[in-house]
Amino acid sequence: MAEEKKRPLRKEFKSGKVLKKLMADHFYELDEAAKSGSKKIAWCTSVGPAELLRGMGFLVYYPENHGAMLGATRMATELIPYANAIGYSPDICSYLTSDIGSFLQKRTPLTKAYNIESVPKPDVLVFNTNQCRDVQDWFSWYSRELNVPVIGIHTHRDIGPIREYQIKDIAKQIEDLIPALEKVSGEKFDMDRFKEAVALSRRTSELWRACLEAAAAVPSPWTFFDATIHMGPAVVARGTQEGVDYYELLLAELKERIDSGVGAVDGEKFRLYWEGMPIWGKLRALSEQFASLKACVVASTYCNSWIFDQFDPEEPFESMAVAYTELFIVRDEPFKEQYIRDCHDLFRFDGIIFHDAKTCPNNSNNRYGMPERLSRNLGIPVLTINGDLNDLRCYSEEQAKTNIEAFIEQLEES
Amino acid sequence: MARGFFVGVDVGASRTKVVVLDAGRSLVGYAVRKSGTDFAKTADICLRESMAMAGISPGQIDNCISTGYGRKNVPFSSGTKTEISCHAKGCYHYFPMAMTIVDIGGQDNKIIKLDEQGRRLNFKMNRKCAAGTGAFLEEMALRLDVPLEDMDGLAQSSENLVELGSYCTVFSGTEVLEKIRQGKKVPDIVKGVFLSVIKRVLEMDALADTVVMTGGVVAHNPYLVEMLKEIIDNEILVPEYPQLTGAVGAALFAMENGDRKQFVGMGA
Repeated sequence: MAEEKKRPLRKEFKSGKVLKKLMADHFYELDEAAKSGSKKIAWCTSVGPAELLRGMGFLVYYPENHGAMLGATRMATELIPYANAIGYSPDICSYLTSDIGSFLQKRTPLTKAYNIESVPKPDVLVFNTNQCRDVQDWFSWYSRELNVPVIGIHTHRDIGPIREYQIKDIAKQIEDLIPALEKVSGEKFDMDRFKEAVALSRRTSELWRACLEAAAAVPSPWTFFDATIHMGPAVVARGTQEGVDYYELLLAELKERIDSGVGAVDGEKFRLYWEGMPIWGKLRALSEQFASLKACVVASTYCNSWIFDQFDPEEPFESMAVAYTELFIVRDEPFKEQYIRDCHDLFRFDGIIFHDAKTCPNNSNNRYGMPERLSRNLGIPVLTINGDLNDLRCYSEEQAKTNIEAFIEQLEES
Repeated sequence: MARGFFVGVDVGASRTKVVVLDAGRSLVGYAVRKSGTDFAKTADICLRESMAMAGISPGQIDNCISTGYGRKNVPFSSGTKTEISCHAKGCYHYFPMAMTIVDIGGQDNKIIKLDEQGRRLNFKMNRKCAAGTGAFLEEMALRLDVPLEDMDGLAQSSENLVELGSYCTVFSGTEVLEKIRQGKKVPDIVKGVFLSVIKRVLEMDALADTVVMTGGVVAHNPYLVEMLKEIIDNEILVPEYPQLTGAVGAALFAMENGDRKQFVGMGA
């Protein structure tokens, strides 16, 4: 059995070219603004108050997106130790440590991808702790290093049913950011502009949801691995017309695949759900392994986390507060479990893969017995893979491969 | 010459195991060797040895399946299966009942649960750390300066167990040195080392139904089974050749998928 099977090809999307241009334009615009000072730049957490920043005329840069690029290019594992060496533990968020390592070493994937020398210098840093506390520490490091103001929203956590006081609090926290942002931008807050950004963000989200839900089709027109690439605009172009245009294009292509019965995985036999962070540096390898086993990872909590169709331009602060509080990651275990059960109803998957990311406890939902409970309640098998989003020192590829192969053998036997 | 022989090859991280089963599913030949760095060569040598033991020639082999970490490096196998499936298959062959399999290998531990029909309910492998595996025992034997094969006898002769706290292999090594400095007896430390292996297993999953133990560590350290028995207060079954269970499972898969003449032959 020495001969290796031919690698299954990932089916490219025609809209991929538009995606590349959109992402490139995003970085070129930021780079130009950073060099010329033509526009103010805000750094923002990916699930943060981006709409407010766009509505106030800022260009928005997302360090988490840069973190994912560091992971996908596998630069992260080399750069993390530099952040460890200045006191940032290898056990904390590896987006944080790889990004700070990248800054310290003056090396960024933007150079190879776009010929851009460095990340754009911020005028203000704005976080939302709804993902984790690490983002605040991450942004605070840059605040000290670059002498730039850092402001943010402190989320509620482990939320069951959402209470009015929580929404009021978050809405007020978002509104309270305005004076500091006005000071940086030198412009007065314009409610109409803000509402417009919220409306565009909502439209982007609705389209993103429709794209993700297209995977309910059998066979699925795309995989989780495709979606991790195509989610770029849902993060960086939320609140822009370009983002809306892009997902209209992608959705049409997905519908075209469904109509003509084209599946992302040839001969799709098994459908799986991915719970947890992507392993950015191994997306291709994993995508190819699943495809070779005729398994399609059809849905994930991760990609779903950028659906914010609660946005309402008529109530911009409150609806942003609702969207950023209803988010999976800040909810309690019963909510999360029900959420995945609902996904099972929609996507009809045969098993769940939990990624236990060493440096991302908030996005590792296998640690409090959820896999066992879901397996029992849904009557489907689950598998936990140990790894990390960016730090490949925490990932044993052989073990993961064997686990996945054995998991598919188990599905075949049942 | 009669055909009807099936081969299973288990290229493990530490040892390569090859078995030959006859058409009646009886074990008629086997060989075990260090996997080394040339998996294909080791598998080939083991195959020749096990064929000699079975008294058969390559022409009598119908099919061969390989498993284990080096499963894709066996030129003469017609297909692969993971070691999880093969251990399940092998154990159910010996003990057709609902069970929890505990396999302690050279670099990984597996817990596999089967229902009464032998269907897999779930499985777990140790996390990437090698704590509680054969590699851990090898490291501890080195620290204690005792031959690996003496560990079982030493543990049995212990009168006063010395517990180790850490689950990191390297830190456990340091702890062992500290116990030596404190004047603790080697047999007592070895028993503590065995207990450490057991604790790692118990942390992986709840042991339900009948427990079946397999793997090289169990094959060479039967006292470990006795210790676990006492702790879980339950009977534990061990196949006659616990180290060969994965290879037996692979041979059984070879038999199931054995369209005749699938054996692709051996290198010169």
